[in-house]
Amino acid sequence: MTDQPWDPSKPILEIENLSISFFTRLREIPAVMDFSCTVMAGESMGLVGESGCGKSTVALAVMRDLGKNGKIVGGSIRFKGRDLTHMSEEELRHLRGSEIAMIYQEPMASLNPAMKIGAQLAEVPMIHQGMSKDEAWKLARQIVADVRLPDPDRILNAYPHQLSGGQQQRIVIAMALMSKPALLILDEPTTALDVTVEAGIVDLVKDLGHKYGTSMLFISHNLGLILDVCDRLCVMYSGEAVETGNVREVFDKMRHPYTQALFRSIPLPGADKNSHPLVAIPGNFPLPHERPQGCNFGPRCDYFQDGRCNAAEVAMSTVPGNDRHESRCLKWQEIDWDAPVKAKIAKEKTPIGRVVLKMADLKKYYSVSGGSFGSGSKKVVKANETLSFEAREGETLAIVGESGCGKSTFAKVLMGLETATSGSIMLFDENVQSTPIQKRNVDTVSSVQMVFQNPFDTLNPSMNVGRQIIRALEIFKQGKSDEERHARMLELLDLVKLPRAFAERMPRQLSGGQKQRVGIARAFAGGAKVVVADEPVSALDVSVQAAVTDLLMDIQRENKTTLLFISHDLSIVRYLSDRVMVMYLGHVVEMGTTDQVFQPPYHPYTEALLSAVPIADTKVIRKRIVLEGDIPSAVNPPPGCPFQTRCRWKSQVPNGLCDREMPPVQTLEGGHQIKCHLSADVLATMEPVIKTAAE
Amino acid sequence: MLYFILRRFGVMLLTALALTFIVFYLTNLPPNLEKLAKSEASARMTDEDVASWIEKNGYATPVLRRYGEWLGVMPGWTMLQEDGTTRGRCIAVGSDPAAAPRFCGLVQGTWGKSTVFKEPVQKILGRGLSQTAWLMLAVMLVMVPTSLLLGVLSGMREGSKLDRVLSTIAIASTATPEYVSGVILVALFASATAGLSPILADWGWISGKTLFQGTATSAMDDITFWNFALPVATIALYGIGYIARMTRASMTEVMTQQYIRTARLKGVAFRDVILRHALRNALIAPFTVIMLQFPWLLNGVVIVETLFNYKGFGWTLVQAAGNNDIELLLGCSVVAVLVVLVTQLMSDIGYVFLNPRIRLS
Repeated sequence: MTDQPWDPSKPILEIENLSISFFTRLREIPAVMDFSCTVMAGESMGLVGESGCGKSTVALAVMRDLGKNGKIVGGSIRFKGRDLTHMSEEELRHLRGSEIAMIYQEPMASLNPAMKIGAQLAEVPMIHQGMSKDEAWKLARQIVADVRLPDPDRILNAYPHQLSGGQQQRIVIAMALMSKPALLILDEPTTALDVTVEAGIVDLVKDLGHKYGTSMLFISHNLGLILDVCDRLCVMYSGEAVETGNVREVFDKMRHPYTQALFRSIPLPGADKNSHPLVAIPGNFPLPHERPQGCNFGPRCDYFQDGRCNAAEVAMSTVPGNDRHESRCLKWQEIDWDAPVKAKIAKEKTPIGRVVLKMADLKKYYSVSGGSFGSGSKKVVKANETLSFEAREGETLAIVGESGCGKSTFAKVLMGLETATSGSIMLFDENVQSTPIQKRNVDTVSSVQMVFQNPFDTLNPSMNVGRQIIRALEIFKQGKSDEERHARMLELLDLVKLPRAFAERMPRQLSGGQKQRVGIARAFAGGAKVVVADEPVSALDVSVQAAVTDLLMDIQRENKTTLLFISHDLSIVRYLSDRVMVMYLGHVVEMGTTDQVFQPPYHPYTEALLSAVPIADTKVIRKRIVLEGDIPSAVNPPPGCPFQTRCRWKSQVPNGLCDREMPPVQTLEGGHQIKCHLSADVLATMEPVIKTAAE
Repeated sequence: MLYFILRRFGVMLLTALALTFIVFYLTNLPPNLEKLAKSEASARMTDEDVASWIEKNGYATPVLRRYGEWLGVMPGWTMLQEDGTTRGRCIAVGSDPAAAPRFCGLVQGTWGKSTVFKEPVQKILGRGLSQTAWLMLAVMLVMVPTSLLLGVLSGMREGSKLDRVLSTIAIASTATPEYVSGVILVALFASATAGLSPILADWGWISGKTLFQGTATSAMDDITFWNFALPVATIALYGIGYIARMTRASMTEVMTQQYIRTARLKGVAFRDVILRHALRNALIAPFTVIMLQFPWLLNGVVIVETLFNYKGFGWTLVQAAGNNDIELLLGCSVVAVLVVLVTQLMSDIGYVFLNPRIRLS
């Protein structure tokens, strides 16, 4: 190895004209083409794009871990001036983990299940610095404390499955920091985590970046997160970098149509389903071997010009006068970037009708066998506690909360997959709380339907799309003959805006968004009156999310459906819901209209939740409130208020009331309900979390 | 942990009772008893004589009662004979009936007497098991390390040349049953007229007529490499292929896991990725298979012990079954059932140590 001292003013990582292909038996599939980017010392670079755009491939290429089929077919990757593409395995091994470290998307899968945390951490300095075992464990202990994990000694001796998701991700970060790398690659590090946990991780990563002066390559599909963490960013589309530059500049003065379309398809504060609808990017992401001639984004671009954009490969061109801002667009100088969004027809607000669904004091307890060896003691998981609300015809009620808050249990009880422990569920004046789904009649079943989170797993892979919808029609006893049902199936495909030819396709031939449309068609097959949408768009890419959300809204408008929208994504909730219900540990902590919930006074948990959501708008100023610790277990909830262990307002309540008593539900003006001990005076002093800076 | 083991023991006991009852019922079917009567008394008995013999020897009572007697939870039968002496299950011929115990069965340690070997069943089983134990030990010592090594080597780089070669060997060996591989091995290495031995003898490399001995009878007194290698190899070959395939499947799966990538990108050398990160996770599945091999070995030794004339457990089982030796057959089944259940318990406990995610409950 040539150990020349490296000049810190030079870039840490320089990727030049990198091209990567995967080789299958059939063909060569180019995954990344002509990709260039530079990361300076201490700088954090964001890579943004939708799934399949090649951003993870770039990261793995830097690690030189592309697997058997992947090959770097052109260009160079220079790390501290040394070309990684020509390094031997042995040289690479010395770099990996010591100079370049990586943080992964799924922390649970990235940790060895059969090794103690301490051993996995200590391994790094033992390999790279030849440290003794004792010293390495000592260092591990220190780093574990650095990533703000409580009780480091216990954690070092734990196995990965004994930690929560957030703790596991902190361990993965600690592992990456064990040998103080010069470059950290973060591949969607918070995608699998809850928002409040995400906020903590993001803060940690930023602090550590400053503390150790580490450069970062931050991969994410979440633009808000990139704005929070990165200095510069690079937007990728279909294997190419389409725009790169300073984060704030790209956010405010984007110079590529794709970047613009991306921003228009995410719900920012101010977007509204009726007056300012989202603009979905038309069409689908091209498959790697079906990329168009010329500009890859051409077929989906509003500014497309035949004969020019599809004539030849488009090269990156510099946007002058600015800080290394480049765009891969031929027409960027001609487009009027400040033109307002082409006015989409503002839609009528759906009138809200009679009460369709009414829940009163619903409780759902599970009993689990306690003790590790099945010894008699039973424990009770209180998944839902005294849930009361109404939902009206044509209304969208959002149910918000982090994992484990009981929102999915609630959906299961409503659907009849579980029966409630006590309380009542009235569906069109019919009491259904203790009727499991097997005993419900066809009408009830077809009028309450569900759209599932993961469209990839909820369609039968061996049945074509049309058959699956017809099957639902048969079960719901719709239509008198096969012909009638077939016709109805085609109508349903029209309803979800899928071409009729899709009836013959198999689920594997569909993209994620298309599959979710089939899921929606299936849910509406029996003329559903109440639809529970359990995170219907969280598994989809942003550009597709907008289209699917709009579709749901359109169908709702037409059919006057009541939509129960379960989500953890507050931006989308704010965009589409009429009323919001915030849940924490099985309790409804706040409920009101969208405006009431998103404006002060807040419940302290709602406040923290709002402040944790990254917003991709440079004009928005957010107060940072990072919750300490994890959500308490529902088996062993804290006494008194469920949120008291993490609440920052606790000191404002006299006499330690929060520790002792469950707070009452306070009803503020306009029917806004907050379950909190805070007095009305204190609540009135709350400031809004999100402010738009005056321009 | 203790509670778990106790509960498992309870389940094992129930399983053992059920299994032994099935064997007991089948071996005590009327035609078997008739055969027993004819072989014990006279081959030319009339049907009435058979019936009276069966009655006089306590075989006429209901099957459940006889099972209870055999287990030793019901008092043994007694019968006043015409000449004034008392016969009974627990009364040895010529001894004082008053001094005899009331119960004599499995629980009391009375396993009955073999009709073929004219010896108590325990003694025969003890002798056979100790012989078989040596054979099994040798097989395990050869089979487990070899197969794990084969499996790990072929699984660590799926699709490589090494993988293909080792997989071919493993499939070939596991596709060859013992009675085929045993004969092939004998023909190759232990025949004075075929295979390698005559060539080696011609060259003067071996002093005897054959390289290995074709019979393992001498190994019962003194185990040497030359008399023991062929039976051990015959049993091990089949198992090696099987376990190696399992290990390979498990290993290839582990190698695609994300934590292996994590380890690789931490800069861990390939050898340590295998040894420290992959191996323990990859051994979880084959461990069960290895534990399942114990009962399967009992079955494998039947053929091999007969083939190589090694008087162990398998050979005893064959003799008992061939000669309608009811008591011995029952004894064999008790041993077999116990071996199966104990090894399964061991595998469940071992599992917990390999896989920290599993808790006993």
